[in-house]
Amino acid sequence: MTETKLTARNVDVYYGQKKAIDNVSIDIDNGLVTAFIGPSGCGKSTFLRSLNRMNDTIADARVTGEILLDGEDIYAASMDPVALRARVGMVFQKPNPFPKSIYENIAYGPRIHGLASNKADMDVVIERSLTKAGLWEEVKDRLHDAGTALSGGQQQRLCIARAIAVSPEVILMDEPCSALDPIATAKIEELIDELKENYAIVIVTHSMQQAARVSQRTAFFHLGNLVEYGETDQVFTNPREEKTKDYITGRYG
Amino acid sequence: MIFTAVLLAVFGLGLVGWFAARARARLLYTGRGSMHSMPGYHGWHMALWIVAPALLAWGVWSAIMPGLVESAVLADPAAAQLPPDAMNRAAILADANAIASNPDAVAFNPLSNALAEPMRAAQQRFGLIGSLLVVIAALAGGGYGFTKLRAGFPARTQVERAVLGLLLTASLMAILTTFGIVASLVFEAGLFFRDVSPIAFLTGTHWAPGNAAGADLDENFGAVPLFWGTIYIGAVIAMLVAIPLGLMSAIYLTQYASGRIRKILKPILEILAGIPTVVYGYFAALTVAPIIRDFAGSMGMANPSTESALAAGLVMGVMIIPFVSSMADDALAAVPRAMSDGSLALGATKSETIKKVLLPAALPGIVAGVMLAISRAIGETMIVVMAAGAAARLSVNPFDSMTTVTYQIVQLLTGDQEFNSPKTLSAFALGLVLFIVTLILNIIALRVVKRFREAYD
Repeated sequence: MTETKLTARNVDVYYGQKKAIDNVSIDIDNGLVTAFIGPSGCGKSTFLRSLNRMNDTIADARVTGEILLDGEDIYAASMDPVALRARVGMVFQKPNPFPKSIYENIAYGPRIHGLASNKADMDVVIERSLTKAGLWEEVKDRLHDAGTALSGGQQQRLCIARAIAVSPEVILMDEPCSALDPIATAKIEELIDELKENYAIVIVTHSMQQAARVSQRTAFFHLGNLVEYGETDQVFTNPREEKTKDYITGRYG
Repeated sequence: MIFTAVLLAVFGLGLVGWFAARARARLLYTGRGSMHSMPGYHGWHMALWIVAPALLAWGVWSAIMPGLVESAVLADPAAAQLPPDAMNRAAILADANAIASNPDAVAFNPLSNALAEPMRAAQQRFGLIGSLLVVIAALAGGGYGFTKLRAGFPARTQVERAVLGLLLTASLMAILTTFGIVASLVFEAGLFFRDVSPIAFLTGTHWAPGNAAGADLDENFGAVPLFWGTIYIGAVIAMLVAIPLGLMSAIYLTQYASGRIRKILKPILEILAGIPTVVYGYFAALTVAPIIRDFAGSMGMANPSTESALAAGLVMGVMIIPFVSSMADDALAAVPRAMSDGSLALGATKSETIKKVLLPAALPGIVAGVMLAISRAIGETMIVVMAAGAAARLSVNPFDSMTTVTYQIVQLLTGDQEFNSPKTLSAFALGLVLFIVTLILNIIALRVVKRFREAYD
């Protein structure tokens, strides 16, 4: 039923001399939500950022091993990291809309990639992206207001709409709700649930409840190692590893 | 002379007071908690009470003594021969004063010699009275301080208050000096505008202060060519050099350069800012200007002048580069990393991210930096003195020699000048205009920077 979208094999990530990720292998499937959980500093965000080569922007970060997107090695010399990031979108911990209008925030990506040839096409892209992100009804009358004037939850949904606008295949979310209140969080979670029909979604979260609510697969990271990876129900109710059990029962973390 | 000795004596008294009060306070100390303040603070309290009133008395006396001396000298019978007009009187009295302190000095008017003796006598008399007053003030202050010396006395609090007062005075000093400068500018410019109409000054196109006399004053003080030269050199040519180069070097240093290259290049760029402007000036005059003159000649210009707006503007632009670059550097660094991450994660390249996200976000800071740079450039003097020329000319040809406000101020105020002629006073009017323009630029720039900072913090 599901197909594998991303495959990581024996991935190590180093920051300078320090090894942040140690020999991680994982398959991420299309059409469902995969959650990365684990205590702070366990490397889950680092691993997430290596999936769209955002680690390239950090001067002394180095990735070894193999990461395949639809069977293509994303660290191959022939892979353009810029083109890769258009296919593997990302939503950050803190909402980071550009200091431009709502319209311009969404239009930014499509314009760079030439996805809309005229104003009418662009309007369609904007409406579709905002609708998918569940923001259209709230902002359709003020598309030219500043994106930074929206509330935190709306800003985060704007950032999701911005990521959707370039038609990615995978969406990476790095603790997307950690700066939001519970109501805004609920909206984003609802949205993630709807989006998984069309995209492979990977979400890093600190909240085990959130992982349990939104994901179908859960990966537990500890000290740079992938300790356990499986169906979310199984990981939370019947973990195979002692460490996972200790973490989800609140023994540490 | 006598006052120097008195001042030394006052500080000596202060020192004695410090030791005496501390020793006395130590005697009062009977154990932990027995005194409000430690003995050292009592020492300082005493020393302050000795020195501060004495200095105050010294200051007041220095202000009133010349008046007293003068009236004493005028009371002398020899003073009856003084001419009635104020200027000559002042000159003779000044000479008398010089002879009084140095018998070898030569006077123009023999009357000065006659007045020198009463002058010296009066100075000695009032100097002695003043010294006495100062010492009395020191002793009275010290006596008052001594009566306060008790175990429960909060000397620490009092000293703290005195320190506060001292710091406040220090910071007020700079502000008061600024006000003084502004006041003198406004006052002298006011004298100038009594003779020349401000409208003629601000809109006239003929600048020839040397010819100015009699009724045609208004025609010879048209400052527009100076304003034009200033703007053309400082805000146009210099900025055409400084803005692109400064901005691009800031982008390279913040976005592309590796840590090692940045560590080497940034200090070198900052050295540019530390070169004295005189050095830039002769670089402009001796190296750049001849090249530009030869170039203008090869372009077919007849008799190109060595001094040119272009030479001064180019070198000034280079001088301003580190300034623009460091302001742009700050503005770019103030844009949160999340902003560029957001753009990169959408598949934008680095240069797209810089062009479409970083620069627009940093624009207010960059604009503010450019404004500050302009205000520095138009106030710059040495380079234009050496390389721009003296001809007040309205021209858009960068190979022409032009002159600026600062250059003219230097011209008008150096050498022998009558101090209250319109020619000299016009320098203050020019200074006032320059001051107002740079002030406005600075205020706007600082406001822009402030609003920009608030947006991201």
